[in-house]
Formats: sequence, C-alpha cells, structure tokens
Amino acid sequence: MSPRRAKVAVIHAPSSVGVSVHRVEGVDKVTGAARYLDDLVVPGVLHGRTVRSVVPRGRIRRVTLDPAFDWKGVVVADHRDIPGENVVALIANDQPLLAVDEVRHAEEPILLVAHENPERAEAARLAVKVEIEPLEAVLTVEDALARRALVHGDDNVFKEIVIARGDLERGFSDADLVIEGEYRSGHQEQLYIENNAMLAERTRDGGLFVRGSLQCPYYVHRALERMFALPAGKVRVLQTVTGGGFGGKEEYPSMIGGHAALLAWKSGRPVKIVYDRLEDIAATTKRHPAVSRLRAGVMRDGTLTALDFDLVMDGGAYETLTAVVLSRGAIHAAGPYRWPNVRIRARGVATNTPPNGAFRGFGAPQTQFALECHMDRIAAALGMDAVELRHRNAVRIGDVTPTGQVLKESVGARQVLERVAARSKWSAARREIERANAAAEVAERSARTVNGGRRLRRGLGVSLVYHGAGFTGSGEVRLASLAAMDLDRDGHPRVRVANTEIGQGTTTMFAQLAAEALRVPAEFVRIEDPDTGSVPDSGPTVASRTCMVVGGLVAECATAMRERLELFAERPIKGANDFAHVARRYLAARGALRIERRYRRPPGIEWDDASYRGDAYGVFSYASCAIEVEVDLDTCETRVVHVQTAQDIGKAIHPVLAAGQIEGGTLQGLGWALLEELRWKEGRVWNHQLTNYIIPTSADAPPIEVEIVEIPYSHGPHGAKGVGELPMDAPAPAVVAAIAHATGVAVSEIPVTPERLRRALREAGR
Amino acid sequence: MRAALSAIEVLRPRGLSHALELIASEPQPVPLAGGTDLFVALNAGAEPRTRFLDLSPLAALRGIRSSREGVTIGSLTTFREIREHAGLRHLPALVAAAAEVGGWQIQNRATLGGNIANASPAGDALPVLLAHEARVKIASVRGEREIAIDRLFTGYRQLAIERDELIVSIHVPWPTRGAVALFRKVGTRRAQSISKVVFCGVLHVAGRGMERVRLAYGSMAPVPVRARAAENALEGSALPAPQGAGSPGSPDVSESSAAAARRALSKDLAPIDDIRSDRDYRMDIAGRLIEQLLRVAAFSPRR
Ligand SMILES: Cc1cc2nc3c(=O)[nH]c(=O)nc-3n(C[C@H](O)[C@H](O)[C@H](O)COP(=O)(O)OP(=O)(O)OC[C@H]3O[C@@H](n4cnc5c(N)ncnc54)[C@H](O)[C@@H]3O)c2cc1C
Repeated sequence: MSPRRAKVAVIHAPSSVGVSVHRVEGVDKVTGAARYLDDLVVPGVLHGRTVRSVVPRGRIRRVTLDPAFDWKGVVVADHRDIPGENVVALIANDQPLLAVDEVRHAEEPILLVAHENPERAEAARLAVKVEIEPLEAVLTVEDALARRALVHGDDNVFKEIVIARGDLERGFSDADLVIEGEYRSGHQEQLYIENNAMLAERTRDGGLFVRGSLQCPYYVHRALERMFALPAGKVRVLQTVTGGGFGGKEEYPSMIGGHAALLAWKSGRPVKIVYDRLEDIAATTKRHPAVSRLRAGVMRDGTLTALDFDLVMDGGAYETLTAVVLSRGAIHAAGPYRWPNVRIRARGVATNTPPNGAFRGFGAPQTQFALECHMDRIAAALGMDAVELRHRNAVRIGDVTPTGQVLKESVGARQVLERVAARSKWSAARREIERANAAAEVAERSARTVNGGRRLRRGLGVSLVYHGAGFTGSGEVRLASLAAMDLDRDGHPRVRVANTEIGQGTTTMFAQLAAEALRVPAEFVRIEDPDTGSVPDSGPTVASRTCMVVGGLVAECATAMRERLELFAERPIKGANDFAHVARRYLAARGALRIERRYRRPPGIEWDDASYRGDAYGVFSYASCAIEVEVDLDTCETRVVHVQTAQDIGKAIHPVLAAGQIEGGTLQGLGWALLEELRWKEGRVWNHQLTNYIIPTSADAPPIEVEIVEIPYSHGPHGAKGVGELPMDAPAPAVVAAIAHATGVAVSEIPVTPERLRRALREAGR
Repeated sequence: MRAALSAIEVLRPRGLSHALELIASEPQPVPLAGGTDLFVALNAGAEPRTRFLDLSPLAALRGIRSSREGVTIGSLTTFREIREHAGLRHLPALVAAAAEVGGWQIQNRATLGGNIANASPAGDALPVLLAHEARVKIASVRGEREIAIDRLFTGYRQLAIERDELIVSIHVPWPTRGAVALFRKVGTRRAQSISKVVFCGVLHVAGRGMERVRLAYGSMAPVPVRARAAENALEGSALPAPQGAGSPGSPDVSESSAAAARRALSKDLAPIDDIRSDRDYRMDIAGRLIEQLLRVAAFSPRR
C-alpha cells in the first residue's frame, strides 16, 4: 500500500457502501467539461464590482461619482435601491447588504457598479469617490475587551457562554499540580481554489434566479427573500459547479448573491460578480482568531481533576455566525478527556475587522489546539509520556462531557491513540530521535559538518481530538431537514437534496447510499442539482452533517422506495435493469413516485438551550496524529517530515474520499500550524495575494498515512459519523509538540513561523 | 485581471537592432521576457504601462556559451535551462538558485535577464551573480556596454540601465580552483516562495587561508548587496579545519573571524520589517548563514 492512498481499489460492484466507486462528477472535472460560474456565458450579462470602505470604522460623509468619467451604460446601486430589508439574513441579522451611513470594517461594501464590459466596470469602481470620517477602531481582542472604543453594545461582547460541571474548587484542591497556560491562534483564509462568484437574473414572474459557487442554497434563498421582500416561491437559487468551500461559501454567498441580484433588479439584466483573489482574501470571511487561557489540575499519577478554560474569539464587525462558532469551540474545549470538574467561559467579541465566519472545524480547532498544547505542558510537568497521559484520561463509553452528555456509543478515543502510537512506534521513535539529536549536537560542537552545514533537529509530537457531527444542540431539530427521492422518466432513482458537492464527494456518497438500499450500482442513481426550485430543504452543507444526517435520510428514502416498488411488483427487484423495468411500469400504472423523509431526533438525545446542558451532538468522531518535524536551528524553519493519523469516523462510505478528506484536512491543519498568517495594516488585510498569504504547496506536503477506524454509530447510515472537519483539529498541536521535542521549547502561538520560533528560542536562552 | 487587457499593445521585433530601435522610439515600450513579474503586476492592476516589447524572437539574447574565463548566459535563458545545462555544473550556487526559483512552471518561463531587470531586492539569482562578480552586457541604439553587477543596482528597484537599453547577456567568471560556494534561500515555504533572506557566499581558498571572500544577500537592503565589511573580516584568516571524530568541544579555529564577520554585517545590511519577515530575524539569520558557509568549507575536501 502506498502511503498516500487508501487501500481500497476502484471496482464496480452491486454493493456500493465501503467501496471506492468512481466519482459522479469526476470525469467532467478532469476533462474540463465542468462549468464553473465564471465559465457560464449569459447573453446580455453585466459585470458587477463592489466599492468598499478603505477604513476600519467611520461615518460615510459623501459618495461622489467622478463627473469626468463616462457613466454611460454603468448601473449604480446603493442601499436605497434595496426593495426589502437591508440585511444579510443569517442568525442575528445584523449585517447590512450595503453600508448606509457608517462603516464598521475595512472592505465593507458601500456601493455597486456594473457594466457589460468588465474593464469599464472596473474603471467605474475606481471612479467612485467615498469620503469617510474615520472613527477610533477596535482591531484586536485585547482592544475589544479593554473597550478602547465601544463598537457593540456596552461591552463589545457579542455572546458569552458558560459551561460548568462538577466543583472546580474541589477539583483544584484534589490536584497535586496546577498548570497554567495561554495559547493563541490567528485568522486563517479558507482559500478554496475557485474564488467567490455569483450570477443573478430577474425572472419573468417578477422574481429572482440566482446561481453561484456556494455551500448552502437555502441560506442564499432565505436571505434574498428578505432583501427583496419576495415570497419563497419567487426566488430560485442553484448551486453551480463549485471549486471548494471549507466554510468560506457558507454565509458569504448570500452577500455576493444579494449584490448581484440588486444590480440585476435595478438594471433588468443578468449580473455576474466574480471576485478575484485579492478581493476575495481581503473581504470575505476567515477563521476566528482565539485566545485561550487554561488552568488545569492534575494528580501525580496523571489523573486530571479540574479544568478552568477561558476563551475569547474575535468575531469581527458583525455577529454573523460568531455565536455558533463560539458555542462549538466552547463545547469542544475540554477535548476527549474525563474532567470531573470543569468550567468553560467563552466570549465572542466585536472588532472592526471583516466578520469572521465558518471555516472547517468551526471553533473546535482553536480550543482543542489550546487544550492539546496544555496536555503536553501537563505531561512535561509530570515527567509523563504524552501518549500515556492522554490514554489514561481519554473518554470511554459511559464518560460524561462538560455539557453533561453521557457518551453512550461509538467512542474511539483510545483506539485512535493506540493505533497512532503503534504505527508511529511512538516510544522507540522518540528515543531514536533523541539519540540522533544528541549525536548531531556533538558533531556540530566538534565542527564536523553534517547535512551540508545545516544544524537540524527532529521531533515527534502527538495529539488527540474529537469532533461532534451535525448541528450543535437542538440545531438539527430546528433545521428539520427534508430529503426526497423520486423516479425519473427512464426509471432511474433520483436523489433530491439541497446539499452540495464542493469537492468533497457529496454526490458520490449520496449515490452510494441510495444504491446500497436499492441494490443497484451507484452510477445508476441520478442526483438532482441543488436547485431550490426542485429540491427540498435538506439543510446546509456544513458541520460534518451531510453524510451522517442527510445521507441517513437518503438511505431511508431509498429503502422505502425499494419496498414500494417491490410491493408493486410483488417480488424482489434484482439489479439495475430490473429496477428500471419495474420503475417504468410503476410510473405508467400509478404515476409519479416521490418519497420524502424528514429528520427526527434519535431517541435518548436531549438538549436544553437555556442551561446549555445535554447531548451537544448525537455522536463524536475521534482523531489522533503523530507528526514528525525537522527544525533548522539556524533559520528556525520547520519541515514536516511525516504524519501518521488514525481517525474514527464510524464508517467510510467511500474509503478513497474519506481518506482524501483526512489528507486534505491534515494539510490544511499543517498550514494553519506553520505557515498561514494574515498580516494587517490599519485594519486592512495586507497580504491578500497568493504570493504572500502562504499556504502549503505540494512540495510542502509530507507523506500522510491514514488509518480509518470504524466504530459504528447506530444512528448514522451504515454507522457513519462526520469526517469533514475532524482532520483539521488534530495537526496543529502535534506540530507544536514535535517542535518542542526537537528544540526543547514549546511555543504557544500558531502559526509557528520561523520568526516566532526564533523569538521563543531566544527567550528560552537557546 | 485588473489591468485593461484591451488597451495593451505588444510589439514584436524582427531582430536585436529592430528591437533597439523600437525601444528607443516614443512611447517607449516595456521589455517583456517571461512575463512572470509583469503579469503579476498587470493582474493586480499595479502596472499602468500598456506598451510592451516582446523579447522572445531575439536569438541574440539566448544561449549559454563557456570559455576559459567563464560562462556567458543570454538574458532570455530560463531558470529551467540554467538548472539543466551541463556547462553550468561548475557554478553549483547558480544551479541551486535556479532550482529554487518559484516552482517548475515558473522556472520554465522566468528568465535570468528578467530577474536582474526586475531588480527586486528578493531576486534569488542576484546574490549569486554578486558573489561571483558577474558582468552584465547591455545594448541600445548607441551601442553595447558592460557593467559590473555590483554597480547595477542603484536604489530600490532602480537600475543603472536606461529605459532604451536591453540586457543582452550575463558573464560569470569561473570560481578559482577549490573555491567553496554556498547558496541558501530562506523563504516562506518549499516552493513558490519569495525569499526572506537569500544568500550566496564564495570562498576562494589559497592553502589554508581564505584569500578572497564574496558574500552577497538579497532581501536584506533596498537592493541586493555585497557584504563588504563582513568579507573583509574573513579575508586573510584561516579556514576552519575539519576535526576528527571524537573530539567534542574542540574550538572552531575560525570562530573569532566568523564572529567579527557577523558583527560587521550591521554595516553591510539594512533589512526592514515587511510583509514576509522582520528585521531582527533577517539580521540574525544573515549571520548564521556565514557560519553555515564556514562549516561547509571546513568539511569540503581540499584539492
Ligand atoms: C509564482 C511566482 C513565483 C516566483 N518565484 C520567484 C522566486 O522564487 N525567486 C525569484 O527571484 N523570483 C521569483 N518570481 C519572480 C520572477 O519569476 C523572476 O523575477 C523572473 O526572473 C522574472 O523573469 P521574466 O523573464 O519572467 O521577467 P518579465 O516579467 O518578463 O520582466 C521583468 C522585468 O524585467 C524587464 N526585462 C526583462 N527582460 C529584460 C531584458 N532582457 N532587458 C531589459 N529589461 C528586461 C521587464 O521589462 C520587467 O520590468 C516569481 C514569480 C511568480 C509569478
């Protein structure tokens, strides 16, 4: 088995689940036949551009259109043109579609222009002059908490959550050691390969048809209803082929879609808005920066007794998704460990920076980064092995999380840790590395040059994390997702859901789940485009929920469909041809066949929003990473040599796709750990180009060995839990631990750039 | 693409003399070689000029020719050609630099002449050319002239080349026998990376002494620079000797001159805090790279 590929070959078999069938949309993408939004040729289309604030906070004094510019053919729209409410509807509904008289962050949209020639549209954008009287801006979490200026309510706090269990004081008095630490992580850009792009048209019936690169068609749909005061039936939203999302196309497409629609509304022409990379990085959402302060109590034997966790996240200028990102971060803050006494206080604060939003992991990577770094600090203080400390405290069936959730099934924490320890030969590898490092030091002192004069050290670190699948708390109940299947004219089964293929393989997974229940090959199943005009609202494609929740509904629809057809045929159906034959007979005799299934809360899952107690998620997935790094002591550059990971995802419906999620998420985690840092200048993103916002290239990607552990979940299709976000949680703390092993210094802020590592080494006197 | 492409005009010369006429005529066109710098600026809307002169038809700007004194490299030579050309194996630092420019796609297009003319303080080939004391041949309708590379960079992104001049070729003299060269790029990642610090050092050795030392840096000043004070601190002192195994702790003979060279760097270099790194880090790393060069030299076999 080659290290980078999962072990299952591509074969065609009647059994689909667990087999790596061909991707439904793979050929179109590989041959270039797939049409992304910018590829769509629409007669009469105008190209929209956005005029934005250049200051982080201020009052708009005047907007002037340069009289020297030829405005012929230019459509101009501002907030006064919005027929409905000037809001991008989401949760708190506090973000305007276009600024009115104040701006609260740099790049905030103020005015829109469009022209049929994109060069004229760009020139028009530059010919709009906006005069803003700057106001004192709050740019960091510290400024927000210190109320340097009040930018939200009377304390700059969007949301505060407290989760408590047990008796913290007793926990600390039971402890032999109390260890404190502070950990920080910064913004991260999703950096999907296709920039944000939307296309809007007015329809003949006075409504809107909006297409684009997006994750959640119904989010855009509902936002448009509000902005244009249209009934649901007059709005149609269709997802076009999408080049990646990672959360970055969860909420922002409602903004761009609204802009394109407003220009289309005013001009009567179709309008495309396609961001370039500069605009996309500067203006759209990022991962929330976080500051975590931890105090942990532990007994000499390594038993954890108490955790006091204080979390602050930077929400940016509008609340948007901050409350829910914060909530997921807080719920995951204690990690997959038994803490008899715990208190987690989490605050999301307002700053005058572009709103931070959804990004793979949704708050959980930030808090588990801090917690895992702290676990290593505890292990070091105890003189205990990092794997042993984790293993001793890792959750098992029957253990209770900080929200009071009893873990009833599918708890793979210890298994993934054991697999990673075994596959990395943890103890032996650590000893071997320590020997080699000591030998290198001796050789250097005797001026014998090794490695071309470079002074290199290796290190090995480990991490253990978990990730709740699906919406938090009562979220899934509120979503009440509806999935449907019907038969097309040729007698093929067709899946109708609003969940989107964004590169992760959703459509293939749906085809497999339907095919398995129908006992036909996956390629026989048709998948309807995510078009709010023809699919029910099966909820957003976020939160690692699509396979576990919506996939489960699709499997139920398919099972019901087979039963219905077999009842009609009065015999079992055997294979695709037989299915088509029976289906066509059914259609002729009875007419259309449509089956719907709505989400129902699995029995025994309870959550109380008011007290923040209960089953935060139906189930958790678990992951462990062992990461080896090499540090150049002269330049303080860190290279990741190797990643060994085991992840319990319940069941891999498609092993190659699941391993792909894990490899990709791991690399994204490595980027967050070592390279990706947003630089700011007066509240504006400074490095908004691919040349200076640094993500890993293929040359930076280490071999990543993936072991999928399958501990089934009784309410997931074939036992499946979530896999999309989990891989993002594990790498960063393991990298920090590996660097500490290599250099003797544990840094507490990521990314661990060479500059940051050098400062840390110097502070430690090395 | 933020620049208006419809406004762009590209002139195609028939040969070098035609090219020199075109570039001397108003409005003066901008030379376009591989385009890997110019296209980035056009995409960002940061290149206001619209008239370009396509250098690709100019055979006179191509080719790699060796002589007894050194090698002459046409300005249109790509980094891939430099990487793969057998005749350049005696310039390992140049080959190493070429292999670390951008990624393979960039190396296929990016030219040595473009790297020089772009005059970025971070141009990876430039410290190599400085440390090897290259000379640059320049042509215009007025004729040809040659200029030493260390006279070329006059200020931030400014060259001692007139707007009607073209770079024709670069001559690099062979290093002396037994010379030790080190190229080291400290970038942001392993490919597609603009240097935080880029270094090339060449030690010309006579007996056990460092007879001539050439140290050059990129991203450490407004222009790529030679570190002359540090060179002086090393020149004339003895090479560190490789120690036998099992003699831990024995002193490094050149430690004092290395320390002096590191101190002298503050006279040679003036790095800044910018989007890719900070002053402190750069200064520290610059010094450590001299130490690395000396470690390499200590170990390389004497002829
Ligand atoms: C993704 C990417 C990665 C990169 N990575 C690196 C890197 O790692 N290291 C590095 O040093 N650079 C890097 N660069 C920058 C660029 O590739 C180099 O500077 C390259 O050598 C420029 O050569 P070119 O032929 O493409 O120049 P062009 O873009 O064609 O021209 C650059 C400048 O030189 C002028 N010019 C070109 N040829 C001549 C000539 N013969 N006479 C007079 N003037 C001339 C042009 O007018 C222009 O001003 C990178 C660029 C990109 C896009």
